[in-house]
Amino acid sequence: MWLIWVILGIVVIIIIFLAGTYNGLVNARNVVKNAWAQIDVQLKRRYDLIPNLVETVKGYKNFERDTLEAVTKARTAAQTASTSGDIAARSAAEGELTGALSRLMVVVEKYPDLKANQNFLALQEELTSTENKISFSRQAYNDQVLQYNNKTQQFPSNIVAGMFGFNKEQAFLQATESDAEKKAPKVSF
Amino acid sequence: MWEQIRANRVRSIILVILMGALLVLIGWIIGMVFAGNAIAGLVIALIVWGFMSLIAYFQGDSILLGVAGAKKIQPSDHPRLYNVVEEMKIASGLEKMPDVYIIDDPALNAFATGRDVNHASVAITSGLLQKLNRDELQGVIGHEISHIKNRDVLLMSMCGVLLGTIVILSFYASRVMMFGAIAGGGGNRRSSRNSNGGGGGAIIIFIIAILLMILAPIFAQLIYFAISRKREYLADASSALYTRYPEGLASALEKLAQSSIPVKSATQATAPMYIANPFRNKNVSVNDWTSTHPPIQERIRILRAMGGGAAYSNYDQAYRTIKNTNSGIISDNTAAAVGAVGLRAAVAEGPVETAAPVDDKMTRTREVNDMMYRMNDYKTIQCECGAKLKVPPSMQGGVIKCPRCGRTHQA
Repeated sequence: MWLIWVILGIVVIIIIFLAGTYNGLVNARNVVKNAWAQIDVQLKRRYDLIPNLVETVKGYKNFERDTLEAVTKARTAAQTASTSGDIAARSAAEGELTGALSRLMVVVEKYPDLKANQNFLALQEELTSTENKISFSRQAYNDQVLQYNNKTQQFPSNIVAGMFGFNKEQAFLQATESDAEKKAPKVSF
Repeated sequence: MWEQIRANRVRSIILVILMGALLVLIGWIIGMVFAGNAIAGLVIALIVWGFMSLIAYFQGDSILLGVAGAKKIQPSDHPRLYNVVEEMKIASGLEKMPDVYIIDDPALNAFATGRDVNHASVAITSGLLQKLNRDELQGVIGHEISHIKNRDVLLMSMCGVLLGTIVILSFYASRVMMFGAIAGGGGNRRSSRNSNGGGGGAIIIFIIAILLMILAPIFAQLIYFAISRKREYLADASSALYTRYPEGLASALEKLAQSSIPVKSATQATAPMYIANPFRNKNVSVNDWTSTHPPIQERIRILRAMGGGAAYSNYDQAYRTIKNTNSGIISDNTAAAVGAVGLRAAVAEGPVETAAPVDDKMTRTREVNDMMYRMNDYKTIQCECGAKLKVPPSMQGGVIKCPRCGRTHQA
């Protein structure tokens, strides 16, 4: 009789362990998905900000056309890449956009009246913050992926992960320095 | 990476249990002395504690914000502050954006409150907001956000309640006992005899009880401070990890250390919520054991000694070096789980930072002052001579003369 109870007890413990680990894995995966969505939100926010920025800057006499056009072009390219679903291409396009924007910000230094423009200052704050948010959400995403990967690879949760097909490794995102960024002029005083 | 909460929690829980034991002890003594029955005392202690906990849990944040005179701000009131809070919210992986409050106070401080991650607020004094550049602000907000993320706010307010209960109970019980012993020694002895059967023994028990009553609140306070200090180190480490830039917080703390204006609205109970001890006074050397916060210079030194990494393991290493100790502040498995984390460079600054450093301070001060005026319902009139008139609500509706050029305006 006691043997049945012991077996029953072991079975219950195994079920509790399975359920707990499974839920933990599902939770970790959802957190990763959510973190990925966060990056998207911030990238979209950047697309929305750029037309306003270009509009504000365009009004200034003799503002370097090439720089502005590069930003507009990079934005369009990034937006197109965002619908393609190819992560590598998209990451490259976003890198180009980051580079074009940072070049624009360096060029702005030459226009003192632009820097005194309230409208422009507000936009610049938004843009700085959005750039920060992009890198922070990428950072948070990578941290969550590390967490998830640890769970799928470490004993004993790797057993449950293997049983339910959790062991798909998620890609890490890297802040790649794009060609445009490398070409960004260095400021010297 | 959020596993560190669990590891550090164990140590905190041990300390909380110690405080709970003190409360039980107080209840037991009260029961024995006044009713001859330990259970009655325990029930009284638990009722007082439960009642205070409920208030602290549901009303704690609004009481704290109300006492501090904090005003909630919208993104448009101060975009930079709001953005920085949002950045740190993203970096920490919080799901809900905390409310942002501003306190009209020249003192330099900030605190976080709220019982859980979904009812959280961050408050900063206008003085601090004026003083900090973007990187420093990020460090400070990162520190506050990690108090929310690590559930320190709940832990500290529950500990505060525990401490408060112990202090109140032992204060009143010991006064009543002393009074009883002086005024009606006979009555007291009679009741003691019923339970103990010996006069001499009763007096000894009585003295021990009084001693415990006096010592318990002191011990409880020391434990409370110990928990608080631990959480401060952890929040510093988390801030460095979130921002990937320990220097930001270090330089912000340096600015905090230079100021000795105490926060007007802070009390002993709310002190652990602030980023730095709100009562700090340059002329008084702060004793290690009786402080809610680690010495600010030490925190700066640890942050600066992190050497090339922003991970918990870097902070832990720096902590060991600076404190010259073998026991770190963060458990080993925590540090290992996060792994190596590199630093970032100082960010390109927003609008304020593009100007010369002197202008910076002026712009920031003007920005904050304008916001405070707006929030207090002042109206701004731009006079033709270039002066900006700030009209208080009480003077609106009348005719106002520009003090510089004498033109009159309809307010």
